[in-house]
Amino acid sequence: MDVSCWDGTLSLNEFSRAARTFAEKWKIGNSAFPPWLWVNVPKRPFVASQQVDGFLSLENICLIRPSKVCGAEVSHLEEEETGFSEKEVAIDDATLVLSNHHEMHYYDFHIVYSASYRVPVLYFRGYYSDGCPLQLNEIEKDLPACSAKVLLESKWTFITQEEHPYLNRPWYKLHPCGTSEWMKLLFLGEAALAEKRVAIELYLVSWFSVVGQVIGLRIPIEMMNDRTN
Amino acid sequence: MEAQKYVWEGAIPLQIHLNESEVTTLPPPPPALILAPRIGYLPLLIPLIKPHFAATLPPGVDTVWFDYKGLPLKWYIPTGVLFDLLCAEPERPWNLTVHFRGYPNNLLIPCEGEDSVKWSFINSLKEADYIISGNCKNVMHMSQFDQLELWHSVMNGNLEAYLRTSSKLKFGIVEDEYTLKIDLCSQKSRKTTGEVGMGGQMKTGKIPVRLYIWSVSEDFEDFEDMPKIDSWDKISYINQPIEIHREEGKCFTLHDALKSLMPEFLVDKSLIDEESFRLEGEDEQVILSEDLSSNRMAAEGREISCQSVESTCTSGAAEIKLVRIQGIEPKLEIPFSWVVNNLKNPEHFLHICVCLKFPQVNSLDR
Repeated sequence: MDVSCWDGTLSLNEFSRAARTFAEKWKIGNSAFPPWLWVNVPKRPFVASQQVDGFLSLENICLIRPSKVCGAEVSHLEEEETGFSEKEVAIDDATLVLSNHHEMHYYDFHIVYSASYRVPVLYFRGYYSDGCPLQLNEIEKDLPACSAKVLLESKWTFITQEEHPYLNRPWYKLHPCGTSEWMKLLFLGEAALAEKRVAIELYLVSWFSVVGQVIGLRIPIEMMNDRTN
Repeated sequence: MEAQKYVWEGAIPLQIHLNESEVTTLPPPPPALILAPRIGYLPLLIPLIKPHFAATLPPGVDTVWFDYKGLPLKWYIPTGVLFDLLCAEPERPWNLTVHFRGYPNNLLIPCEGEDSVKWSFINSLKEADYIISGNCKNVMHMSQFDQLELWHSVMNGNLEAYLRTSSKLKFGIVEDEYTLKIDLCSQKSRKTTGEVGMGGQMKTGKIPVRLYIWSVSEDFEDFEDMPKIDSWDKISYINQPIEIHREEGKCFTLHDALKSLMPEFLVDKSLIDEESFRLEGEDEQVILSEDLSSNRMAAEGREISCQSVESTCTSGAAEIKLVRIQGIEPKLEIPFSWVVNNLKNPEHFLHICVCLKFPQVNSLDR
């Protein structure tokens, strides 16, 4: 499909394919992290079987408070392990100050397809180790300093609290109404470098390169560069 | 548009009881009797309800929520839809319990009165805008004053004011397929390649729809005997636009519309058997246990047992037991365009409550 007449959106089937590509590249490029897993939407036997309805899930991620430099250090804590493995991202000791007042904050991230906007939507929630939910003001403190600013000022990435489309619980989400616009710009930019075609399987990789920054999960360059797969 | 007038005038008589644990006086206050507009929302009734109970409430800050037979009610769903969904046999008056304390934050998103409801309404309107015209510009470009006027017309049930203000949104109405319009004839049903319709806007030909489905496994003589919905997990919520497919000389009916969202289960049994063999296998899918809050994930690489889901359904098509829209049960042969134009809610979504009966199946294993 030619980029110039593409509207920046994708179908549910394209989302499923893009999700698989994203998860594979993440596993290869971000091996220090746990993988994104595909969750089938439960108990909906009457959705057309050709349409695989589901979402990507990354759960139990610990976001340590951001250091003074923009960009959060992220690590994953395995309950079974006694310490960080060598593969883990190097952590600035100065940020790892856990006094009694500083509880670890855990996050769940779901990438869900919106049939209305025809784009992926990032849903997330934060909680303490006892499972008590984090309020938005506490979550904002965990976000990279510059993204908090971006959030408040941008019309394209703002957080709203809404019900998770499948789980009947309140979650937070990054509002999707600007996504198709900036995805189109993103692909137009990339198309200038490569072919003019839209490689729809790479949709989520590109999408996450923007969205991930807002929440402090960075994509390594390797994931973006490999376009031959 | 007579029907639209009836919809706007429609109301549910409520009998609102104060939650027992919040009654601090004897005798306990009698329930409040309120007429709730169908197209309205429960939190908007609080100014009418509170004075009734103010004297008995324990001290503290109000965080108001409602429940029906123990089920906390989602406040952003229009009152009429809640009633159609949760009362298979309409209960008049509808007995609800109001709480002023102990908001279930783990289940319901917070509600800070009218502002939250207004925000939710405008947000849905933007979503409808996006579905209908491909972007949110119609709503975004509405002046604050007009947005407020639109919202107030909904709060006050003022259809005249609503029609006046919402015409500025240029959503238009769904064209009756028997009306010849040049631009409609030239439009194909797939709009994603950027065709431009009337007024320079990209018309997607899609209708914003919210479908609420619950299922039963046997026939019931009376709706009264149906199992109660005691958890939102028993309801499948599908928020998905419906695309109207126009065919020469054929009417796109309500049944056609429902079928497009639930294609496999409203067809003949013989067709289902055929389709199960044409199933495209997805290579590697992860199957997770149904307890999504668990952090244990199954190993990757197992082929999805879509086949086994298929097999539960090939034994028989689901039957539509009930379709309810704005409190009425329309015949499924009615043109979908009529249903949309007359029965949609003010935020331009058509809310449909459906009860499906699935035949009893024994096991998932084949």
